[in-house]
Amino acid sequence: MNRINELFQSKNKNILSVYFTAGYPEAETTVEIIKELEANGADMIEIGIPFSDPLADGPVIQQSSQQALAQGMSLKKLLSELTSIRQNVKIPLLLMGYFNVILHFGVENFCKALEKIGIDGVIIPDLPLEVYENSYAKLFQKHGIIPVFLITPGTDETRIRKTETLSKGFIYMVSSASTTGTKSGFDHSSIDYFKRIAGMSLKVPVLTGFGISNKSTFEQASQYSSGAIVGSAFIKALDKPGSLSERIQGFMRQLRN
Amino acid sequence: MDYQVNNNGYYGKFGGAFVPEMLYPNVKHLEANYLKIMQSASFKNEFTELLKHYVGRPSPLYFSNRLSERYQLNVYLKREDLNHTGSHKINNTIGQILMARHLGKKRIIAETGAGQHGVATATVCAREGLECIVFMGATDVARQQPNVEKMEMLGATVIPVQSGNKTLKDATNEAIRDWINHPDETHYIIGSVVGPHPYPDMVARFQSVISAEMKTQLREQTGSPLPDTIIACVGGGSNAAGAFYHYLNEPKVRLIAVEADGKGLETGQTAATIAAGSVGIIHGSMTLLMQTNDGQIIEPYSLSAGLDYPGIGPLHAHLYDAKRVEFLRATDNEALEAAFELTRFEGIIPALESAHALAALKKGTFKPNETVVINLSGRGDKDMEAYRNFMKSQKDKNLLLHKPISNPNAEVYTRGFSFPNNSQPLDLSPMGGLFVP
Repeated sequence: MNRINELFQSKNKNILSVYFTAGYPEAETTVEIIKELEANGADMIEIGIPFSDPLADGPVIQQSSQQALAQGMSLKKLLSELTSIRQNVKIPLLLMGYFNVILHFGVENFCKALEKIGIDGVIIPDLPLEVYENSYAKLFQKHGIIPVFLITPGTDETRIRKTETLSKGFIYMVSSASTTGTKSGFDHSSIDYFKRIAGMSLKVPVLTGFGISNKSTFEQASQYSSGAIVGSAFIKALDKPGSLSERIQGFMRQLRN
Repeated sequence: MDYQVNNNGYYGKFGGAFVPEMLYPNVKHLEANYLKIMQSASFKNEFTELLKHYVGRPSPLYFSNRLSERYQLNVYLKREDLNHTGSHKINNTIGQILMARHLGKKRIIAETGAGQHGVATATVCAREGLECIVFMGATDVARQQPNVEKMEMLGATVIPVQSGNKTLKDATNEAIRDWINHPDETHYIIGSVVGPHPYPDMVARFQSVISAEMKTQLREQTGSPLPDTIIACVGGGSNAAGAFYHYLNEPKVRLIAVEADGKGLETGQTAATIAAGSVGIIHGSMTLLMQTNDGQIIEPYSLSAGLDYPGIGPLHAHLYDAKRVEFLRATDNEALEAAFELTRFEGIIPALESAHALAALKKGTFKPNETVVINLSGRGDKDMEAYRNFMKSQKDKNLLLHKPISNPNAEVYTRGFSFPNNSQPLDLSPMGGLFVP
């Protein structure tokens, strides 16, 4: 069974998924960060493939992507660094990136490489549901790669149901109309939207993302879904002084305790 | 052959709407409504009236006697440079501001490179009384200050974009991000035939007025609505889309698009996407674009800010793929020379973008006396600095002594040009002053 499904079977509350950009803060820290996150209690990790033009991202992830690229990160390099990651890391791993990089690499090659490494899923924010369904669903299924789709406050019910049908792992609920790391916390309309989605009793679990930066927002998000995703706040924490291990430990501690 | 967008938003294998889910409702809403709105009588009437009385359309189709003699062709210039705000960009912004009103949107955003689309957007927003925010790369803000001042005088807020390389590509990214953050109240006026479906089709339709008028004007002036050849420059490709639109299904009419080749393809300092690009996704559209082996989008280079874009509209990628349009390239210097040639022969200072189309007269091969229409997409007052620098750099050469192919009498037309074989470069700056509002 895919590790993503195993995770949600064993746990349905307070799941913490952490996003960071591969090749950031330093060229060779990617594998170390993954191991530290697992050691400090992350339930799942989303490894960002840096892209020159990350349309859905705010300044923090833009800047980390630019720096990672400048330090020589590429999809090829990332895949080669991850080759033996499964010797140590047991939690579900996802890659998150924009479609152009994957398209240019070759979608089939990408799926094959992920299967070989033991990457469990992908989040491709600019790959529309329909294109996935018509052109790539079979390929992803063949290689056991779980695609994760986003819903937003503007996604209507019909489309949410369609997303539910195509989702095999979890649904990524974007908390508000925004790019990543732009807003902090949730307003009333976000909470109403969380309740509306919770009320739909979707057949796949939901994780909340965007706007989660600390313990209180994490807990608030977890109240209405299976857990939450933290991205920009973690990347900011990586910039703080101290060893990488200390920075990650400190961040995870303030989020969870 | 059908060159129109299909029901799924594709031109052949190009196009589509590769947008994050946050933008899906907006793009879908526009897609569901744009044709209905554009085809309504009230929209059509208002659009046509504004093009006539506000923009000054139809723009003249001008027979250039001297270019015709020089190149042994019948050269016509479609004078989009005479439009209000100085380029074809206003055709699209007039259409889109009416679209925004019909969609009930109160806040307008736009991206701009050189500032032409930004000025055209700020202009229609002033007229409509709508909030206008223009994203412009910080590098472009610094080098296109007069257009920044115009936009601000028109009431727009110009936001210098600090991300990436701080030029048009980054300004477009930032406009899209703004749209993600303000989806309900905002309409994004894209300036070219790029972006997710239905933008390329909508913008091409607004710009198609160019070729619609060409047909009528050619019939009046030559007896036939069909020229032998139409030439337009292409960055994203909106003026070319407009100039080609009503001729796409006239196979006898040869269509030539000229890309900006910067310092030349071999230097890597180019914006010639067809020549240097490969299939990928940029700004929500599957098209040809300049990218690295890792699929990272490359910063293009062209002296002309309006052509300095690493992608091309999906319609044009398809027209190239289907071999309907021929693509040529013109370097910075070839465009600059062509700009001076037109200026000295006809007293028309073209935009540097449009000068790339003019350069095709020298680069292309034509039958003697064929009828060639060049879409003169904009005027050159914004480019005076580039032109002044070029004059200084060329002061020891006689620029205009190039011998065109198939014109044995070319020398005749170079007589009277003292420029610039004396040591003092000509100072044309007062001419720039004529266009300052």
